[in-house]
Amino acid sequence: MERGCFVIVKYAFSRFLRSLVTLLIVTAAVFFMLRLMPEEGYFAESYDKMTRGQIEAELTRMGLRDPLHVQLSNYLKNTLRGDLGTSNIVRRYVPIVQVIGPKIPYSVGFGLTTIAISLALGIPLGMLMARRKGRLPDSLGSAYVVFVRAVPAAVCFIFLQLYGSSFLKVPMLFSLSRPLSWILPTVCMALGPTANYAMWMRRYMVDELNKDYIKLARAKGMKNSAVMSRHVLRNAFVPMAQLLPASILLTITGSIYVESLFSIPGMGGLLVTAIQRQDNTLVQALVLIFSCVGIVGLFLGDILMAIVDPRIKLEKKGGSR
Amino acid sequence: MSGFGAATEGRDELFRFAQYDDAAAEGVAYSNYSYWRSTWRIFTRNRGAMFCLLLLCVLLTFTFIQPFLPGQRSPSAISNNEMGRPLRNLRPNADYWFGTNAIGQDLWARIWSGTRTSMFIGLSVGLWDAFFGVLVGSLWGYVRRLDRWITELYNVVANIPNTIIMMLAAYMLRPAVGTIIFAMCLTGWLPTSRYVRNQVVVIRDREFNLASRCLGTPVRRVITKNLLPQLVSVIMMRMGMAIPLAIGQEVFLTYIGLGLPVSIPSLGNLVNEGRIVMMSPSLRYQLIFPALILSLITVALYVIGNAFADAADPRNHL
Repeated sequence: MERGCFVIVKYAFSRFLRSLVTLLIVTAAVFFMLRLMPEEGYFAESYDKMTRGQIEAELTRMGLRDPLHVQLSNYLKNTLRGDLGTSNIVRRYVPIVQVIGPKIPYSVGFGLTTIAISLALGIPLGMLMARRKGRLPDSLGSAYVVFVRAVPAAVCFIFLQLYGSSFLKVPMLFSLSRPLSWILPTVCMALGPTANYAMWMRRYMVDELNKDYIKLARAKGMKNSAVMSRHVLRNAFVPMAQLLPASILLTITGSIYVESLFSIPGMGGLLVTAIQRQDNTLVQALVLIFSCVGIVGLFLGDILMAIVDPRIKLEKKGGSR
Repeated sequence: MSGFGAATEGRDELFRFAQYDDAAAEGVAYSNYSYWRSTWRIFTRNRGAMFCLLLLCVLLTFTFIQPFLPGQRSPSAISNNEMGRPLRNLRPNADYWFGTNAIGQDLWARIWSGTRTSMFIGLSVGLWDAFFGVLVGSLWGYVRRLDRWITELYNVVANIPNTIIMMLAAYMLRPAVGTIIFAMCLTGWLPTSRYVRNQVVVIRDREFNLASRCLGTPVRRVITKNLLPQLVSVIMMRMGMAIPLAIGQEVFLTYIGLGLPVSIPSLGNLVNEGRIVMMSPSLRYQLIFPALILSLITVALYVIGNAFADAADPRNHL
């Protein structure tokens, strides 16, 4: 057991270092890519009226005429201090930290709710489908999975918004004071991850059910419910842990579209606004934040899997597989 | 005892000792098994998939012959009435089967033209995903020296949400069919290459590959002759998902303002135009028609891809 703990800590440390390197690469890549953008992105509507000299003066003031490596090191230093620059178009001269700050609770709240709901619904659905394989619950569940995975979310959510809001008799857009209007965005965001969990849970359980030791357990006269809870579920849950980080990425992606569609004042919606209005610094900051969430999510997921997977604790003899 | 003797007598009549036959000993077993024929036979057994295939073929054929049919309007022409005013927001009728849009263009012509654009985008992205994903995946899985490097590279890129990369690329480039395809191609091959790599690692050390290696077969030939036929199933499943995904991503990119210009009709443009006017129930047909055609195509592709992947898996043959 001691040894197992040590292995996990060592693994976590090396995995953490790798995440850090990834983060550095991503930061630099985003920085260089956005340097290629047209300069209008640093000015509001006044760009056309300014003279060449004014533009140059303003760009120099912002430090955009410095050599690239100076810019990059300044940018990295500022980011480490928590200064992401100032928004130039969406909210002129307002520090980005202040623009984004009030939006974080919405995104985090919706994201966590989505993950909780999709886990709570998707896993039981997958279990039900595996138990009633080839019968009505299985075919209904499979139809749901095919529907969600095949019909593009971009189309599906519009119809959910249109007909769901008239069905629930709520306004189409999100409003903080009416909890009923929170339902539809959450449903939209949970639709995809739920189908994913159900599909994989069913697949892992069916795989497990076909193995020889299950046949032996059945032959011994073990009850079906006992076989399910003691053998099948426990083993099927290990690969499921691997899915959690991927679903965090999926939730981030979903949030960009859903938040914008329902006008939720979160970060995803803000990214769409920033892109539409070509606010370079804001796009850069948001892309960095979303990548960070992705990197942290995958890191935590990998650590979780290392803890859940029983094979890692068995490695008392040391040495790699 | 006598009963037993009678039974042995009976057995003598039923069974006869076989004679040793020189010709039969030299004979070679012959099987008329053909991989593709077998795949096709299993595929045709799936009624739902066959229906989807038929539907898709009809839709695609129609999409391509539609401009040559008599009495079709141009997708960008604005129709005017006798007074010279544009026929705006005309409900579906005998003349305009799917009605007209907010500036008086024929929705029927626009939808088929849009389907062509979207299918072109989807197919290009899907083919690139399959080609590049298989190329990288088989090198990644087969050449051990590359394994570490590509794994590290994959770990970096897989940490970032794909949509973010796609949005960033589309944001930086000028919106056009080519740049949208490029933005989608940047990340789409990643899952394909990982699936292929995992398959290749499993198959790599099987006996027939060992034999090929011992005989000095070049890597390229081993990959194309020994490995790829085993991967058809995985590739088909990925294609069946990549094409609908690309069509959906085009709608998403259009929604956030990074899509094609309005002058090039695509299903994404049409859905977005429909979304803008969806608040008035009488104009909802402008959203429903393109969304319906788009969903038919993506569902059909998905079902066909999955069914074909099942049929192409050698374990399901015989």
